[in-house]
Amino acid sequence: MRFALRRVGFFLLTLWAALTLNFLLPRVMPGNPVEAAISSLHVPLTTSEMNAIAAQFGINEHQGLVAAYFTYLGHTLTGNLGVSFVHYPTPVTTYIETGIWWTLGLVGTTTVLAFVLGTAIGAISAWRRGSRLDSTLPPLLVFTTAIPYFWVGLMLILVFSTILGWFPSKGGYTLGATPALTWSFIGDVLDHAILPAAALLITTIGGWVLTMRNTMIGTLTEDYVRMARAKGMPPHRVMVNYAARNAILPNLTGFAMSLGFVVSGAILVEYVFNYPGVGFMLFNAVESNDYPLMQGLFLLITVAVLLCIVLSDIATAILDPRTRTAS
Amino acid sequence: MAMPISVSSGQQTGLPDPSVLPTSQGARGRTALSRLTTAIRRNRKATVGVILLLLFTLVALFPNLIPHYNPVEIFYGPKCPSCYSRPALVQATPSSAHLLGTDLEGHDVFSQVIVGTRAVLVLAIVTGLLTTLIAMVVGVAAAYLGGSWDSVLNVVTDVLLVIPLFPLLIVIVKYIGQSGNLVLILVLTVTGWSYTARQLRSQSQSLRNRDFLLAARVRGERSFYIIMVEMIPTMTSLLLACFLGNALYAVLAGSGLQFLGLGDPNMISWGTTLYWADTQGALQSGLYLWEIVPGLCIALLGAAFALLNYAFDEIGNPALRPMRARKRARKQAAVAIPVGGLASDDAHAS
Amino acid sequence: MTHTLADDSQPAADATPWHGPVLEVRDLSVEYLLESAVITAVDHVSLEVGTGEFLAIVGESGCGKSTLLFAIAQLLYPPAAITGGSVTFRGRNLVGLTEHDLSAIRWKDMSVVMQSAMNALNPVLSVGAQFRDAMRAHGVTSKQEIADRSAEVLRMVGIDPVHLKSYPHQLSGGMRQRSMIAMAMLFTPDLIIMDEPTSALDVVAQRSLMAQIKDLQQQFGFAVIFVTHDMSLVSHFSDRLMVMYAGQVSEVGSTRQVFDTPKHPYTVGLMDAFPSIRGPRVPLAGIPGRPPDLARPPAGCRFAPRCPKVMPRCETSVPVLYQVEGVEVRCFLYEDGDPR
Repeated sequence: MRFALRRVGFFLLTLWAALTLNFLLPRVMPGNPVEAAISSLHVPLTTSEMNAIAAQFGINEHQGLVAAYFTYLGHTLTGNLGVSFVHYPTPVTTYIETGIWWTLGLVGTTTVLAFVLGTAIGAISAWRRGSRLDSTLPPLLVFTTAIPYFWVGLMLILVFSTILGWFPSKGGYTLGATPALTWSFIGDVLDHAILPAAALLITTIGGWVLTMRNTMIGTLTEDYVRMARAKGMPPHRVMVNYAARNAILPNLTGFAMSLGFVVSGAILVEYVFNYPGVGFMLFNAVESNDYPLMQGLFLLITVAVLLCIVLSDIATAILDPRTRTAS
Repeated sequence: MAMPISVSSGQQTGLPDPSVLPTSQGARGRTALSRLTTAIRRNRKATVGVILLLLFTLVALFPNLIPHYNPVEIFYGPKCPSCYSRPALVQATPSSAHLLGTDLEGHDVFSQVIVGTRAVLVLAIVTGLLTTLIAMVVGVAAAYLGGSWDSVLNVVTDVLLVIPLFPLLIVIVKYIGQSGNLVLILVLTVTGWSYTARQLRSQSQSLRNRDFLLAARVRGERSFYIIMVEMIPTMTSLLLACFLGNALYAVLAGSGLQFLGLGDPNMISWGTTLYWADTQGALQSGLYLWEIVPGLCIALLGAAFALLNYAFDEIGNPALRPMRARKRARKQAAVAIPVGGLASDDAHAS
Repeated sequence: MTHTLADDSQPAADATPWHGPVLEVRDLSVEYLLESAVITAVDHVSLEVGTGEFLAIVGESGCGKSTLLFAIAQLLYPPAAITGGSVTFRGRNLVGLTEHDLSAIRWKDMSVVMQSAMNALNPVLSVGAQFRDAMRAHGVTSKQEIADRSAEVLRMVGIDPVHLKSYPHQLSGGMRQRSMIAMAMLFTPDLIIMDEPTSALDVVAQRSLMAQIKDLQQQFGFAVIFVTHDMSLVSHFSDRLMVMYAGQVSEVGSTRQVFDTPKHPYTVGLMDAFPSIRGPRVPLAGIPGRPPDLARPPAGCRFAPRCPKVMPRCETSVPVLYQVEGVEVRCFLYEDGDPR
């Protein structure tokens, strides 16, 4: 229980740090946010109009820094993330919603797939030491973990889109098509998702395979695995229940660590493929100095990462009884 | 980006430790360096990694070894009858004069790749060193000093770990403006030390109560001495692994930022070359090599770091080594031997 | 003998009564095939264990006793491999059998207790779940039967069955070790192999565990092979005592004989290292030197470099086991006895 409380405390602390960072960054960096906002509107304004917009954006020149900070905190915690500069007058929250599902679909699915597949392949590879799988796969995968996300994306586009023409190279769906829950639209979406998904899968699966394999090789030498064999248990049950169940634990904690890489992968791959997810959105927001949207996305990503860490913590607690009892 | 590959925890195999056995050449009397080179030669991954790294380092240090032009030199095409001056050799396809073709302004791409090697290598190595250094100071201090120091440093490290770094990097670099190598190094270092710090801290913690350290404390040695002279030398393999991992991270994150256009576009580096290739539509114009080669170089350099990291893992933990050499020795055995986790039913075949 | 699960669930494969020794090991050799060298960990070892007999194997670290145990139980991992000899269990040679064939014998007829229960028990499964795995592996599927038998064996070793739900890290060291023994008893096998099961315990717990094992043995009649480096511990409980050195048997015979009148200079040295607490005060004597490098064993007797009674021929010729007064000794001093 104490452990859980400490974790909750940690999450709140991280959330607060992210919020504060979000607040401070535009204000300590050179440039005036109000001017940037107004200039991005490309419309001549009167002073009162400017003040009204400034107020709407949450920029009150007459407020002290501390007061502005608390106003910001209050707004954020009530779900008011401001209004996008570039996509005025769409509120940030509404705009983000359009992109979330794309990223969840693409990045979320591939991450889970990479983790599950990678862990399974790593376990099998360790179980079958010396087989052809185990001899060829690790060196190949070491190479794939070092390939930049964006380059894999570019190469896939080159081969499968530019040269072979099998898949489209840009977008989440064909331009002009109306999103609807029809088979043809879904097919179109999948068509557009295959190359980005492949890019993500190729670069991320290697890490899971290698860590699982290395951990499992160590686990296989443990006495309890030998005991399982001594008991006459069937091989696949030994591999899953005794070896893999123990070997996967470092991978689960590693999952939380790797989320940072997942995020960067999302941004780069979405950029290369112009995929309409929050990663691409963040890049565009940064490019166009759309501060509210930038801050909103940054916050969203932090919260998402924290959520995944909570999930992996829960999974570890379920799988490893040692974490449940007080250390 | 590479998923951090965990350094093996060095499990007890219950076997006689092979490193203790005298080899045919005699283990005693050989320096650490010669043992290291033998280990590298024997391990294929390490050999490939070292060769790649040496190759790139050579090109970075002495770019003039490979004939190339000045990367900012503009080349001109043949004179056309109605032109006043010769037009720039824009987007020429690869030829013997220009191995990778030219870009939208007539610069030779091959030269850009050659000259850009230095920037990338500097970025990787300096960032790797600095990051590892900071992580070492933070991690070891936190573990050794313990108490409230530990808690504070821990919180800072963990928060930095959770906050998504790449978006943060994008935002910071964008604010700073056109970021050359120095800025990139600084920014990557300031944000990237947390993972290594965590690893080093847990390793230091497990060492903290070991007998040789307690003995040093009882002898009356000062904390600084204990940390520098007693603790850190035992962690050299981990520090090396961390350095390699951080160098890899620097290459990938740095090139990623440059590719997005956040670096200094006038700087010659593989990432920026790719940026220009992308924004100037290399794929659409059929100038594939322009897009392929710089990225391939990034991948190869990254692979060199990753291979070395993995190889040192194998060298340190014999259980991870490839089974080929062992299979040869096994052929001499008279009886079938269990393969993999268990003896398979067709084990007799071996 | 109490009614066992084996009687219910197994067809009459082992129903034919077996009158010979439970285990007969002949000329067993085990080698570690490493990249740099080949180490002979077990060198032509032979031994016999009769029904209900308690055989203790004693030797210092690295003498090959644990490797011998794992070889007998067919639990070796690469790079270790059996390179010669036979392991005949109830008349059947186990060497060369496939895992599938071995699984029928495993645990039902021969079970294993390992040195450290903390390492030998799966940390993520409850104790009861691990018992269940053993039983399910041999066709016992009824939940009731599994629960009943698990509780029964735990009570046999003096543990409250409520601990079936506990995880290994929640039990004390002694309880863990006893639950391992309980698990080994699930099918009341004919032979239980124990690899230093008391080494991880304190002295009081050691004695209590030994007494428990002996008590169970007398109750259920299984044979025990007990490996340890602590000779004094087993001397009260074992029927026969075997001393190993550098991968070879150096002396083997009834415990009383070997213990009271040790013949091999190595055994004598071991005895001298444990002076009796009631005897006269003697200066502590060890055996100088170190065991030989098994990658390149010495020509001749392996103990010769450290032997106080070494003779010139000890360094050139290898002694075999000579029978003297019902005890076998690998030493030229006893050459007049019958060579084995």
